[in-house]
Amino acid sequence: MEKVVIKDSGYRLKKATILRTKNLTRNEKFFEIALKDGSSLDHEPGQFIMVSLLGIGESPISVCSSPSRRDSFDLCIRAVGKVTRRLHTLKKGDEIGIRGPYGRGFPVNIITGNDLLIIAGGLGIAPLRSLITYVLDNRRDFGKVHILFGCKEPKEMLFSDELEQWSQRTDLHYACTVDRADPEWAGNVGVITTLIPGVDIEPLRTFAAVVGPPVMYTFVIKELLKKGIPKRQILLSFERNMACGNGKCGHCQIQNLYVCQDGPVFNYEQIKNLSEAF
Amino acid sequence: MEDTQYVVLKKDRFEEFIAALSSMQKLVAPVAKGFGAYAFEEVTSADPIALNYIPTILPLKKYFMPQRETLLEFTLDRRSHAEAVVEYEPLTIFGAHTCDLAGIQCLNMVFSERPKDYNYLLRKGTITLIGLECNDYCDEYASCHLVHASFPSGGYDLLFTDLGDYFMVHINTVSGDRIVRTAGLCEGAGSAHMNELRSLRDRKRTVFRNEVPIKTKLIPELFDAVFGARVWDNLNERCLACGNCTNVCPTCYCFNIKDELDLTLARGIRYRVWDSCQLEPFARVAGGINFRKERSARQRHRYYRKFRYPVDRFARFFCTGCGRCTRACMADISLKETLSELIKESEERVWKKWL
Ligand SMILES: Cc1cc2nc3c(=O)[nH]c(=O)nc-3n(C[C@H](O)[C@H](O)[C@H](O)COP(=O)(O)OP(=O)(O)OC[C@H]3O[C@@H](n4cnc5c(N)ncnc54)[C@H](O)[C@@H]3O)c2cc1C
Ligand code: SF4
Ligand code: SF4
Ligand code: FES
Repeated sequence: MEKVVIKDSGYRLKKATILRTKNLTRNEKFFEIALKDGSSLDHEPGQFIMVSLLGIGESPISVCSSPSRRDSFDLCIRAVGKVTRRLHTLKKGDEIGIRGPYGRGFPVNIITGNDLLIIAGGLGIAPLRSLITYVLDNRRDFGKVHILFGCKEPKEMLFSDELEQWSQRTDLHYACTVDRADPEWAGNVGVITTLIPGVDIEPLRTFAAVVGPPVMYTFVIKELLKKGIPKRQILLSFERNMACGNGKCGHCQIQNLYVCQDGPVFNYEQIKNLSEAF
Repeated sequence: MEDTQYVVLKKDRFEEFIAALSSMQKLVAPVAKGFGAYAFEEVTSADPIALNYIPTILPLKKYFMPQRETLLEFTLDRRSHAEAVVEYEPLTIFGAHTCDLAGIQCLNMVFSERPKDYNYLLRKGTITLIGLECNDYCDEYASCHLVHASFPSGGYDLLFTDLGDYFMVHINTVSGDRIVRTAGLCEGAGSAHMNELRSLRDRKRTVFRNEVPIKTKLIPELFDAVFGARVWDNLNERCLACGNCTNVCPTCYCFNIKDELDLTLARGIRYRVWDSCQLEPFARVAGGINFRKERSARQRHRYYRKFRYPVDRFARFFCTGCGRCTRACMADISLKETLSELIKESEERVWKKWL
């Protein structure tokens, strides 16, 4: 058996250093990361990377910061299994491997000049934060921006400082809701779909960007169609099992589409007839 | 008239030819394993080679994308370091049937599509492929004609056709030509030889017929009509979700990626290993959601990955009709039967208009 090192392997890792971490909730942790060679990740809002821990494995994780910040990027990671739990034990100065960015993110060039309705359920705020911060960095290029955020309970709210800041801004319309309130909660109670009828939009010039748990999609899409937003302008990001990110391993397939390469962001027109999508 | 693309190898020189091949580099060929089963294995002489064989238990993909293959090697000391590697072994494969050549053509398309898979492509570049034409059906499980794999259509360096007391050898590449010249055992093919080849092919055209009652070009339309068919529910009851059918399939290439540490815990590898869409966890994600929870959905996915999805992506079917999935299934699920049932069920509805 012969062996050679291959420089252009799709599995080669880039070294990255953790600059900062922060516990967001009991299960979700925030990481600011920089590539070791000083280069920029150069991602698009909505793309993801493969995060690697040697000896443990890899996980697909959305980049949750704007590409306009070039010297570092952010991840928000929920501890659910072997890779993500181990990631939670890492701290400032620790090294990880990454590959990517992968996939197609939100088509910001097409959205430019239109209004934007952003709908985030739970951890869905992570990929959407890259879009939101990108839009805020380039606020003049977009029309009206609405952000609707929903989560199960107030204590599960991610990025609450930033959500608070967004709610204060005059150039954004922000609303949030929780499925179950706690005694301190003074805001809306109910599932996220209850917020949609109240937003004032011009459907034909509005793009909706929706990310949340799978159960959320069917209901949210129904409300958005009721509002008259064209199918092509409803953007959804999908989570699937992934091993390669290169469109080969087959784990992420939704019928004939590969979420890792063709997605993770799809417009509703592309996938409306795919029963494996919902 | 002499055709320089064809040469003749007399059977009494076959032994010498195989010895010459095996002296060039490692040579593998079909070998009988008992109970009517065959496998590609290393040979150094013509003796163990089964010239009349049904498709081997595992297809040739085991050489192009080994069941387990190292992608990264790493050290875990203070300055941990990982390097992407490819392991390969230069190899000549003798005796690949046209269905298996088609299987490799499918894999070639997948792994050269961007982002390219250099592990596969580098290894492929070190493998020499010598085909062996089937003069007749191997057994009742084959459906190679349906998917246009019963006649040679490229994908080999040399192709052998058994014409009685000699082999007709088609030289398809310069590396094939080099082998023929180096061995120096073949002679030019004359018009009598060409006529014999032609009449074999004519005879084959009367033997090989679509094994399932449908025109090949209508298969994509059939699959457009049967996503919700009852046939899948029936498979739900029968399939054991063992993954045999995908393991033995020449065009199934799904894999998983895993890490492994050596005993010192200071070094390790990341490797890929064949996986199967028929296994329960394949499409499961964190939180326990499984996007193909039912066996019916997983079987349907397998069939669509053969007959529908690749038609859009690669303009060909990813079934070679080799029949391995049917031979390997412990639940007696048969590819030909499933296709026939799909045709029958769709006839009741939309299919009528095509008949
Ligand atoms: C495009 C994309 C973006 C994502 N973005 C984020 C993010 O920003 N933050 C975040 O916390 N999570 C994100 N995820 C989910 C995250 O990838 C999984 O939670 C993680 O891979 C689980 O790995 P583990 O080793 O910790 O768990 P494991 O121990 O491997 O498994 C725990 C559970 O997760 C399932 N699982 C295993 N591998 C995967 C996989 N590759 N993808 C999905 N589920 C898997 C298993 O079936 C099991 O049920 C994203 C997933 C995708 C596909
Ligand atoms: S689906 Fe079955 S018959 Fe078709 S190539 Fe795969 S193993 Fe062979
Ligand atoms: S070999 Fe048969 S039983 Fe096993 S997964 Fe395939 S169809 Fe199901
Ligand atoms: S993650 Fe491997 S094909 Fe998409």
